[in-house]
Amino acid sequence: MALLEIQDLHASVDGHEILKGVNLTINAGEVHSIMGPNGSGKSTLAAVLARRETYDVTGGRILLDGKDLVEMKPEEAAREGVFLAFQYPVEIPGIGNAYFLRSALNAIRKHRGQDELDAMDFLPLYKERMKLLEMDDKLMNRSVNEGFSGGEKKRNEILQLAVLEPKLAILDETDSGLDIDALRIVARGVNAMRGPDRAFLVITHYQRLLDYITPDFVHVLVDGKIVRSGGPELALELEDTGYGSAEASVPAALRA
Amino acid sequence: MSSSVDTIRGLAEQDYKWGFVTDVAEDRVPKGLNEDIVRLISARKGEPEFMLEWRLNALRHWFTMKREEGEPKWANLTISPIDYQNISYYSAPVKKPQLDNLDQVDPEILRTYEKLGIPLLEQQRLAGVAVDAVFDSVSVATTFKGKLAEMGVIFCSFSEAVQKHPELIKKYLGSVVPQTDNFYAALNAAVFTDGSFVYVPKGVRCPMELSTYFRINAAETGQFERTLIIADEGAQVSYLEGCTAPIRDENQLHAAVVELIALDNAQIKYSTVQNWYPGDKEGRGGIYNFVTKRGKCLGVNSKISWTQVETGSAITWKYPSCILQGDNSVGEFYSVALTNNRQQADTGTKMIHIGKNTRSTIVSKGISAGYGQNTYRGQVKILKSATGARNYTQCDSLLIGDRCGAHTFPYIEVRNATARMEHEASTSKIGENQLFYLRQRGLTAEDAVSMIVNGFCKTVFKELPMEFAVEAQKLLGVSLEGSVG
Repeated sequence: MALLEIQDLHASVDGHEILKGVNLTINAGEVHSIMGPNGSGKSTLAAVLARRETYDVTGGRILLDGKDLVEMKPEEAAREGVFLAFQYPVEIPGIGNAYFLRSALNAIRKHRGQDELDAMDFLPLYKERMKLLEMDDKLMNRSVNEGFSGGEKKRNEILQLAVLEPKLAILDETDSGLDIDALRIVARGVNAMRGPDRAFLVITHYQRLLDYITPDFVHVLVDGKIVRSGGPELALELEDTGYGSAEASVPAALRA
Repeated sequence: MSSSVDTIRGLAEQDYKWGFVTDVAEDRVPKGLNEDIVRLISARKGEPEFMLEWRLNALRHWFTMKREEGEPKWANLTISPIDYQNISYYSAPVKKPQLDNLDQVDPEILRTYEKLGIPLLEQQRLAGVAVDAVFDSVSVATTFKGKLAEMGVIFCSFSEAVQKHPELIKKYLGSVVPQTDNFYAALNAAVFTDGSFVYVPKGVRCPMELSTYFRINAAETGQFERTLIIADEGAQVSYLEGCTAPIRDENQLHAAVVELIALDNAQIKYSTVQNWYPGDKEGRGGIYNFVTKRGKCLGVNSKISWTQVETGSAITWKYPSCILQGDNSVGEFYSVALTNNRQQADTGTKMIHIGKNTRSTIVSKGISAGYGQNTYRGQVKILKSATGARNYTQCDSLLIGDRCGAHTFPYIEVRNATARMEHEASTSKIGENQLFYLRQRGLTAEDAVSMIVNGFCKTVFKELPMEFAVEAQKLLGVSLEGSVG
């Protein structure tokens, strides 16, 4: 059984249809990349998978491990193992990073029938993952993302991923706003979390991130539909020729 | 925000948990306000002559105020007219309690307090907190008097203090909030029934937190409690005030007066968690909480801190304040005020800097939800004599949903050029993106709202004594149920 099955997915926001029939299958252990021009629906796809309620699913199905994902609320999808690394992580003043992450982890563990971790048990795990993302211990008790630089915010997203250990990790333009060093660290974190029980959906604009996180599959999303799929070399081809060529390769009748 | 709104709205609304009535025979005074009623109250309490005279004086002031100006109308509040003649100003349980012996207390009353979650016996054994429980105008039990008495600390009902420590009452009563201070203070001075009295002698650090619980029970009885706390030179005391009240249809008036006096090098910390009945969702019923609280830092190096969490009452109107008279004195005000459904609040503080090198800190967190209207009103007044004064004010509002309101009226008056003032203010909403972020990590919408609100209130909760901090967080959660993110 595939980890994620998206069948003819249609989704809209404020009455405008953005996704116009997306089909995608992701198996555990795979890293898929979605690329595409601005407005193609990449972030919408990420938001729909994470069950953001401002987006309406108007057609099609999404199955996570065979379960109907569209029926789930955001927290339910999260507990079933969906993780979204946000493009613009929000700040939550007054809530410490460690406290927040431990609460989230315990909500997920409880759902899985595991014991909740108290602060003493949680700390070593948290510190170890912080080292992986080269984050300062001092950030532990700072408020979530408050006063963080862009790079720190993105690294904090991957840190949370590393602690929560999701089945399906969606990275929404994680590379945007990152310098080369931060990119390297983020990629290292992601690669360290690759494994047979986990799948990644890496949404990106530019090929650069894929130099560090080598995908198994690359898909091109144009105007709400996947118009082309291939291996990692497809990303390099797109860099040379741009998205127009991808669209051009789709027969006119299929172009929405 | 469609279905998460519905989710939160659809959550089982918790009925006001403490909305029940105790069946105890009462001794009530007929409705109405006049000299005869005041004499009756004073006689029932067996007060000495000076106290009666003080009350009558206040009553005369009140009648004059009523006639000449009427009720104050400057607040940002909509108040239904109050018929002062249609209120009974005294209600006491019939059994005259033995103050030293809990066994003599009407078991019904003790059961009431257990229901409220404050079993006196348990508190006595575990927390080591001395409790002076006020039940509808009469102090029912005062515990730990013995232990405190060893240290010379006086902690008793106000009524008892009038009998046993008249010299202290005469010296300090009205010295911080005079009878003529305002309309409701005058009313209180005429008809106050009971409250707490604390005196901590020189150099004594009170070893336990002192606490009082109140309950408005009888229909149409207002609560007019009067509290006086004196910390002598070098003394320290922490006092907790928490209140609950049952469901009623008519608005009930609560016009209390609290006076604090700190002498040289003394410190008083006064913490309140207030959840009086707030009225139903349409704004019917609920307590009118019109309170005058003021502390005087009389001595040098003295300090008075107010910490409050106000989630109840239909209308909250109070400005716990500090008069910083002694040199180097410090005043603090930490507040969380919540208005949900149709609640209204006009609350804040006054810091009056008189002595040299005085310092004040104001942290006000207002949360509005439903149709709630939350107003912060603060005054920082630096007199000409107040050389080297410093004030820091932080005033934050959090709006939940799009039908509530947050308002701010800061008054800053500086008459000494060496003063340093900092004023920060912010207004924010709980955004859908914040909620979604927390939910995407596995937390329910309800937990997410609770987490965000607690984060917002953190700086204030940190100031609460531990016993209250937990109750305050729970209270906030309960009060926000049914509100929207």
